[in-house]
Amino acid sequence: MTVGELPLAVRRPRRIDPRWLRLGGWLVLGALLCVMTSTEEGTPSDHWLVVRTALGSTKLIGWLLAGAIVWALLEVWRARGLGTVVSGRTAGVRGRWHEITGGRRAHWLFLGIAAVAAIVIPQFLSEFYQRVLVDQVAVFVLLAVGLNVVVGWAGLLDLGYVAFFAIGAYTAGYFTRALPVKPPFHLNPFVILPVAVVVCLVAGLLLGAPTLRLRGDYLAIVTLGFHEIVQLFLVNKNNWTGGNQGAFGIPHFSINIFGIHYQWTLASLPYWYLFIAMLAVLVFLFDRLEHSKVGRSWTAIREDEVAAAANGVPTVKYKLMAFAIGASTSGLSGVLYASRIGYINPASFPVVLSITVLSYVIFGGMGSLVGVIVGAALLTFLPAVFQEQNIVRQEDIPMWIGAILVVMMIFRSQGLIPSRRRRRELGLAAQGVSDADAMSETPEGRA
Amino acid sequence: MATPQAREEALLTVRKVTLRFGGLTSLSEVDLSLYRGEIRSVIGPNGAGKTSLFNCLTGVYTPQEGTIEFITADGTPTQLVSGPPRRRRSRKPHVVNRAGIARTFQNIRLFAALSAFENVKIAAETRQRTGPIGAMLRLPHARANERRSDARTRELLDFVGLRQVADELASSLPYGVQRRLEIARALATDPALLLLDEPAAGTNPTEKRQLEGLIRRINTDLGVTVLLIEHDMKLVMSVADRVTVLNFGRVIAEGRPEEVQRDPVVVEAYLGSTEEKP
Repeated sequence: MTVGELPLAVRRPRRIDPRWLRLGGWLVLGALLCVMTSTEEGTPSDHWLVVRTALGSTKLIGWLLAGAIVWALLEVWRARGLGTVVSGRTAGVRGRWHEITGGRRAHWLFLGIAAVAAIVIPQFLSEFYQRVLVDQVAVFVLLAVGLNVVVGWAGLLDLGYVAFFAIGAYTAGYFTRALPVKPPFHLNPFVILPVAVVVCLVAGLLLGAPTLRLRGDYLAIVTLGFHEIVQLFLVNKNNWTGGNQGAFGIPHFSINIFGIHYQWTLASLPYWYLFIAMLAVLVFLFDRLEHSKVGRSWTAIREDEVAAAANGVPTVKYKLMAFAIGASTSGLSGVLYASRIGYINPASFPVVLSITVLSYVIFGGMGSLVGVIVGAALLTFLPAVFQEQNIVRQEDIPMWIGAILVVMMIFRSQGLIPSRRRRRELGLAAQGVSDADAMSETPEGRA
Repeated sequence: MATPQAREEALLTVRKVTLRFGGLTSLSEVDLSLYRGEIRSVIGPNGAGKTSLFNCLTGVYTPQEGTIEFITADGTPTQLVSGPPRRRRSRKPHVVNRAGIARTFQNIRLFAALSAFENVKIAAETRQRTGPIGAMLRLPHARANERRSDARTRELLDFVGLRQVADELASSLPYGVQRRLEIARALATDPALLLLDEPAAGTNPTEKRQLEGLIRRINTDLGVTVLLIEHDMKLVMSVADRVTVLNFGRVIAEGRPEEVQRDPVVVEAYLGSTEEKP
């Protein structure tokens, strides 16, 4: 008796061979890439021009063919079980690689190589890339390292992070007499650094104290609101902040002590070294923090807040600590940024920037210092390369960066270089054992 | 069996504690006096309010009525619930822990992605005063604290017999081992009172025997008072000095195990009003 003869049984739809579905997927991807790489531009009266011309051109055939070839290769790979063969063959090599890279000495060797590369390589880059390194890469790497403390280690979703960056920058503006409201004394940007750290620490505590009882998405909304408040304050409090005009003429860093005189100027390289030095100090301190009582307590809170509290971890205190440390890092980079650029206005600190930094952290691998540094550096340097080398059209760069993020999250959601703890958590969450992040909980955690 | 001290000294006194969730009364005028050095077991059918009682003691829930008094290590009585009606607050869970009450959970709540060692160490260092600056600069006192908590962690892993799995992930350990690890983590906070919520649930007979020995050693060797929720009557009868029976949120009997076992009210609660058998 077949299914058709059963009067009451629901006939199951005919299953399509998954291989053909995969072929379909690759062909659609080919067509999509054909549209994305099109240089045609739509007009307000004709939004579909790009799609029509792209899909009508002969290039489409090439893209579809490429999709089909990739599909065929992957099917052969799958049918022959080449994946297991390759992983079996390379097991020895990979094992040794892990042995070498996992060691303490390799750790220092890598650090040394990275430091030398960071010092030497920029010397040989063009002025354009040097500027990108300072204005984009260095600033965002610093920001990402700070946000990593909040999001990656303490598991708090903070969407108002760049507000502290703005506070740091405006602190620099205030103490260098660039704002309409004048301080009683004038400070060198170097002296402002610790001042801004303290200011942002206090701002972080003020925002955190009433709100950190919240969790996950609730906290995210509160921090988002905080960013908006800071932004509106900067725009509207004209006689203090200069309103939309912002502040001009924030002086560069300078050293004038013990007979040493040095003045940072518009040149990029000196600023690059200043940023790198700051980053080195922060990485050194944060690395120790991660592997200390504080870092372990953050992990405990992130994994199970109730169990952590039951074992004596003061959860609110540690969350506040993470929030404040993140905020002060953000403020620190704010001072560096303000002094480097020389002028600031509210438009320099849009809400979307907070989300951008968050995406860098997630892309690089939440909770992993190396990961977020590489992630942020890559995602800020790549657009510049695209732009300079004319790989894709100028206006299309955000689209390609977005595509990279999407692909990354689908195929490697743990990020580029995930931390060991975080990778385990994601693995466990996939099996339904525990939560990977703070985003699936009630406002005040579960009992 | 550890006998209570001759001069029975109360460590924890629960008076007329009532806990309601909306219209549902979970605990109703519960009285409980726990003496220093005893092993007390709380039994009762499912839903009798045993875990709710634990949650009241540890600051997870705030009971609407009643008082909970705990004698801290320095001998001062501390109220765990305070404040005027309607604005009553329990001490926060971490404060209760610092006062000297540690607990385990009915559904194991280890830090799954951390190693057994790290799980215990986190608890061992909560009383230390290392702050972020000390940790970042690795100041001498921070390093000394690290050494101390490492030593304490090793000691406790030895105590529960888990030294050889110290570096394993907590989630990869067998169920019974996870239970023991959770006990080690609770002990790492140096409690005077240990609350165990169904530690034998889901363990096999061998593990139950080990657990029985472990609870005795915690009581005698470490001098920790134990309050134990357990469904396994054999374990309760052999290890507990005294038993308190809860049913529908009320204390219906209290006494030595063999007395309670014969008490008609208890037999009624277990056989009459529910399907559960002891």
